[in-house]
Amino acid sequence: MSTIKKASVTAAAVGLGLVAVTACSSDSGSKASDSKSVTLVTHDSFNVSKSVLKDFEKTSGYKVRVLEDGDAGQAVNKAILSKGNPQGDVFFGVDNTLLSRALDNDVFASYEAKGADLILPQYRLAGGEKRVTPIDSGDICVNYDKKYFADKKLAPPKTLDDLIKPQYKNLLVTENASTSSPGLGFVLGTAAKYGDDGWESYWKKLKANGVKVVDGWEQAYNEEFSGSAGGKKVKGDRPLVVSYASSPPVEVLYAKPQPKEAPTGVATGTCFRQVEYAGLLEGAKNEKGGKALLDFMISKKFQDDMPLQMFVNPVREAAQTPELFRKFGVTVDKPQTMAPKKIADNREQWVKSWTSLVLK
Amino acid sequence: MTATRAKSGAAGAAAEALLRLEDVTVRFGAGAALDGVGLDVAEHEIVCVLGPSGSGKSTLLRVVAGLQGMDSGRVVLGGRDQSGVPAHKRGVGLMFQDHQLFPQRDVAGNVAFGLRMHGVPRAEQAQRVAELLDLVGLPGAQKRAVSALSGGEQQRVALARALAPRPRLLMLDEPLGQLDRSLRERLVVELRELFDELGTTVLAVTHDQGEAFALADRVVVMRDGRIAQSGTPLEVWRNPADEFVARFLGFDNVVDATVTGEAADTVWGKVPVPEGTREGTCRLLVRPAGVRLVGARDGLACVVAARTFRGTHVALQLEPLGGPRLEAACALRHAPAVGETVGVAFDSGDVVVLG
Amino acid sequence: MALPVAFFGVFFAYPVAAIVARGLKPDGSWRFGRITEVLGQSDIQQVLWFTTWQALASTALTLLVALPGAYVFARFEFRGKQVLRAVVTVPFVLPTVVVGTAFLALIGRGGLFDELWGMRLDTTVWAILLAHVFFNYAVVVRTVGGLWAQLDPRQEEAARMLGASRARAWRTVTLPALAPAVAAAALMVFLFTFTSFGVVQILGGPAYSTLEVEIYRQTAQLLDLPTAAVLTLVQFAAVGAVLAVHAWTVRRRESALKLVDASATVRRPRGAGQWSLLGFVLLTVALLILLPLGVLVQRSFDGPDGFGFLYYETLRSADGGAFLVPAIDAIGNSLRYAVVATAIAVVIGGLAAAALTRRAGRLVRGFDALLMLPLGVSAVTVGFGFLITLDEPPLDLRASWFLVPLAQALVGVPFVVRTMLPVLRAVDGRLREAAAVLGASPLRAWREVDFPLVRRALLIAAGFAFAVSLGEFGATVFIARPDNPTLPVAVARLLGRAGDLNYGQAMALSTILMLVCAVSLLLLERLRTERTTGEF
Repeated sequence: MSTIKKASVTAAAVGLGLVAVTACSSDSGSKASDSKSVTLVTHDSFNVSKSVLKDFEKTSGYKVRVLEDGDAGQAVNKAILSKGNPQGDVFFGVDNTLLSRALDNDVFASYEAKGADLILPQYRLAGGEKRVTPIDSGDICVNYDKKYFADKKLAPPKTLDDLIKPQYKNLLVTENASTSSPGLGFVLGTAAKYGDDGWESYWKKLKANGVKVVDGWEQAYNEEFSGSAGGKKVKGDRPLVVSYASSPPVEVLYAKPQPKEAPTGVATGTCFRQVEYAGLLEGAKNEKGGKALLDFMISKKFQDDMPLQMFVNPVREAAQTPELFRKFGVTVDKPQTMAPKKIADNREQWVKSWTSLVLK
Repeated sequence: MTATRAKSGAAGAAAEALLRLEDVTVRFGAGAALDGVGLDVAEHEIVCVLGPSGSGKSTLLRVVAGLQGMDSGRVVLGGRDQSGVPAHKRGVGLMFQDHQLFPQRDVAGNVAFGLRMHGVPRAEQAQRVAELLDLVGLPGAQKRAVSALSGGEQQRVALARALAPRPRLLMLDEPLGQLDRSLRERLVVELRELFDELGTTVLAVTHDQGEAFALADRVVVMRDGRIAQSGTPLEVWRNPADEFVARFLGFDNVVDATVTGEAADTVWGKVPVPEGTREGTCRLLVRPAGVRLVGARDGLACVVAARTFRGTHVALQLEPLGGPRLEAACALRHAPAVGETVGVAFDSGDVVVLG
Repeated sequence: MALPVAFFGVFFAYPVAAIVARGLKPDGSWRFGRITEVLGQSDIQQVLWFTTWQALASTALTLLVALPGAYVFARFEFRGKQVLRAVVTVPFVLPTVVVGTAFLALIGRGGLFDELWGMRLDTTVWAILLAHVFFNYAVVVRTVGGLWAQLDPRQEEAARMLGASRARAWRTVTLPALAPAVAAAALMVFLFTFTSFGVVQILGGPAYSTLEVEIYRQTAQLLDLPTAAVLTLVQFAAVGAVLAVHAWTVRRRESALKLVDASATVRRPRGAGQWSLLGFVLLTVALLILLPLGVLVQRSFDGPDGFGFLYYETLRSADGGAFLVPAIDAIGNSLRYAVVATAIAVVIGGLAAAALTRRAGRLVRGFDALLMLPLGVSAVTVGFGFLITLDEPPLDLRASWFLVPLAQALVGVPFVVRTMLPVLRAVDGRLREAAAVLGASPLRAWREVDFPLVRRALLIAAGFAFAVSLGEFGATVFIARPDNPTLPVAVARLLGRAGDLNYGQAMALSTILMLVCAVSLLLLERLRTERTTGEF
């Protein structure tokens, strides 16, 4: 008996050593606390051109580590949970639907990025908020399948009001507001447009007009929508989908060969504006590096690069909109907007009402 | 057969004992599997521990092998106390009851196992394996799968495997237990000859007295974790120490007796006892050979209850008018039929007073 | 024993306990009132009810469909069996987002059922159940089939000689012998379906919600930690109850089995009955597994200019793609993570199984059950737990790549333990003693005796752990990681973007993932049979 015990102890010691060695070696490899590197915590959709990032690394002397932490909601929540002992130096990707929660939890340290004065006024936060800096914006809008409407000789819808008209019955697919970010944005847009009292009756009509709800953007856009590349393959039968204003140019960009015209269009009167912010994390180990990274994110270079990397609009004055967007995209003049505070206060209640109204 | 081997010394000569057990006790729960056992095995001696199942004989082997811890006592091998020496460093061989050949290795892999563990060079291993397979009568079986071997062949491989590292002491646990009778009788002779030839020191356990008597220089009978009797096969056969040993050896003619002078009073009538028997009450054994058939009126009258043919003789179950049944051995030609009434007389030479 | 306990303590129990405590003890005092409050809500009750019954129904259906498969794979010899066995395991490792898409081709709009019978099952509960069968088919085939192949057919023959009908002989002899394996498979399937996330979302639509989805929503979206904590506890309670039932049935049934070499029980099917059974199983596999997988492959080649390798070629370029690195790099990342995760799972699981074999008692059985818990606990709970616990040196692993394989290993360990335990228990202790007496130290005895006997099981276990970590999505996305996406993460990300190329590349990467998985499993199977024919 004792010999057997000894054997398992030996084996355990060997195994423990193994794990310890791997853990240590990996640990030392990933130490980010030295002043030579700066860590950006962000969500899964973050992207930047390699050359642009290299450029920053060269001029600033910092090596950038990008840490992706799940979808936007999850990334923000994790930043909140790890406040004071953050995983990195800068956080990017908190949008107006989540901003209040992050600010209320004191995740960010105050810092006014160099060049903040060049940010377009419509993106600036009320009260001169210094803890976060707007980086990009995007619009959640209904997209339509151009071919469908041309074939049917039907004018595509333009506004939220159009969507409840009988000629568009059973054409729209949207996403679950409780799990999908465009789904939530669309609901917030209706709330902004019809007010606290009116949005529910709007949805009642929308439901009566045959709106379909699926769980995520992927299913809505790639499976149900008839205008997308994926939807065409699987014979999607909904010509209207809640997606982004940038989706048509993206369809063009990722098509080979490039078509002359985008296969889809945007109903510009259905849009809700999303703005994404970045901020210096409270307790950042490399505060100086973090500040430099924030400055970089609203620099012309990054702002010019961003649209084609993340398919969003720049927030900086005179930043160049890429040709692709100008040619195939639309400008949304009067999107619905809502103050972050109001979103934070009502979000849960609205989603609850929406769920029982539309899904049950 | 039993006493042909030249012994290097009297059994129990302390100075020369290769293996010595001193007051070994092993407890499982409330009961003791070994209860203060002391035993010496001299070099080149073959000792057979005999006992019914549950008498603690397998535990004895496991204690010596180091597979089983002791509650108290000492195991001394070649003059060295073995406490704290793990099984793989004791240098003893053990052949398991059901062989325990390694199923995933072939015959050569099994036999060479111990050699590999002792770092014997490859070429030497192969040579020794061939040698041993010759010795156990399986030449050229190296590449055979153990699952394809018959019981007897497996037993031979197990033996070759145990012998391969030249253990100081070879222990056999029911070596022939699972084999059929004729094979067993042949193998026991072969084993005896082999051990004589190699001069191996052997400690074997078995529940089969025939096997023990054929194999051993000395027989140790165990009962409930204690040693009931120890001696040469002949001594034990002739003079079982007590009724347990007698009955274990297959002798069932045991009765209460009161000795007066040269005879004893029993329910079977007067039975002559050997000279010099102490007077008083005792238990008395009459070996079947000492139960002589006489005319129905000349002795104790019995009815023949059963007859069993035993090859060289016939074993009779006799029902006397009073007292327990008697077993008698008689020649084939004179055997009475079942139901006949016969007379019985006793020979003092086959009467044993039990302790 | 010490190492597995430490591993589970540090990387599972502590993080999960911490996140639950954060929810229920927000300011230093416990708020157990939340429990009744949350459980009192009718929508939560509905979620609970649905989660439980769909898991039970899925488990039953999977067993029903897959048990004949287990028999066929165990007992029949037919061409392409090895490849097929690897292929049926593929769904198990594919990310749900991909599989959901493919599965719609079977049961959704314009799918096979729709074309043939005008039947659409998407957004019905049937879609969820069938997809669960699709996912877990291999679990049953492998766990049950492995044992079935080694059951001595003479036992059943003996029963038939004693006058039992074929069905009766099966019920009275084979089924009880198989019971532990069936129970183990059922347990795994239940745990997987109980915590189902993607399948329910994609195929069931937003009307169906499981506990797992609700925990995700409360934690990752709403940051309502108290509610999430209560739901996690509920999940624990449910999983614990199932584990207890499992342990109880297995203990009652566990008996020494006479096992024989698998190759001895395999034969070509004979007679109309056996051929039609084989045909039925092959048809099920073709319809339920090959067809959806085939659709993925077809889509990966179906480019704008007809069939071609366009999507595969573009995987190699980094510019304009969804990543900082070429998408093709994801293959290397996935393999690297999978190797490390498998190594951890095999070391931890192997030690745990060895410890469990050599000891008995209530405590050990409790540990046995504990090892299964990670399968029944939400990945988001573990991921968030990691964040708030592994944040101080020397265990500040939050930003380390090592955390990903570690989390994957949590899922792999139960497989290793489940597969190794029965075999280790079957190794005769006296073989070890025989080796010891012949001069083998305990470690050497393990290597010489146990290892060759359990190598087969170890390889199967390692294969499962490898496949699981290759396709692992949940734990991976809930952990912060540097920009080296695994295949499933890359696929999900590509699908999250508009455009033909992205969609096509997602299909191409999925096909590659399938291929990598199938090849790894096949290699393993090869390795296994080569060795075993040599030594068994």
